[in-house]
Amino acid sequence: MRNVFTDEKIKNKMKLCLPSFSANEGMARAAVAAFCSQLDPDAVDIADIKCAVSEAVTNCIVHAYRETSGLIYITVTLYRDDTVKIEIRDRGCGIPDVKAAREPLFTTDAAGERSGMGFTVMESFTDGVRVRSKTGVGTTVTLIKKLGRKE
Amino acid sequence: MIKTTAKLNYTVDGERLNLSLSGEIDHHSALSLREEADALIYRLRPKIVAIELSSIEFMDSSGIGFIMGRFSLAKKLGGELVMVDPSPRVSKILSLAGMERIIKTERKKK
Repeated sequence: MRNVFTDEKIKNKMKLCLPSFSANEGMARAAVAAFCSQLDPDAVDIADIKCAVSEAVTNCIVHAYRETSGLIYITVTLYRDDTVKIEIRDRGCGIPDVKAAREPLFTTDAAGERSGMGFTVMESFTDGVRVRSKTGVGTTVTLIKKLGRKE
Repeated sequence: MIKTTAKLNYTVDGERLNLSLSGEIDHHSALSLREEADALIYRLRPKIVAIELSSIEFMDSSGIGFIMGRFSLAKKLGGELVMVDPSPRVSKILSLAGMERIIKTERKKK
């Protein structure tokens, strides 16, 4: 967090920690969107960010902490070149096969009416998605969004 | 129970059940929407279930799951499901799953 004072590329940074209650899905995306609004993004970029964050946080609640509860750690870094980096981390069960999990329509929770489109939405609405995961340790999803780039 | 951010209103028009979704559709809110919608569908057994999408303020992939779930239920009971007036934003998400190719979409004339 202290690199915000030493790294000239960074404009501002926020850390947020929320318990894995489903009501916090709305809280998480609203908080991230409010923080990103400092970079004066347009409505489409904000809607993209809210949607991608909602997917990542829902994955923590539905999958990482499926039978348990735990904390979700969100770090948002705003860069001076209008790039936003959002890290969403959990200490949940981890993903055994990240490549398979990222496939469209892949889900391990069909009964819960999960569409299997979470990672596809994240990939479509951002400019980069990185997933690091270790079974039994947890998962970190990093979303990169460059503001003001019309597709 | 923490307050849910989405709402489901309905009207009945002959054999057509209009379900209007509003507010924020996510995993949290979809659960109660699903219960309310299914209770209505089982009770009324409509020929057509129309899901009105124009008043949605936010929707993530949970909305895809919700619509697909009601689509399957309507079909199982011998009816059909249509989507009505998705906003450009909602269309963008539906198109990722190819929903508008599978489910009939009606657009009201402005």
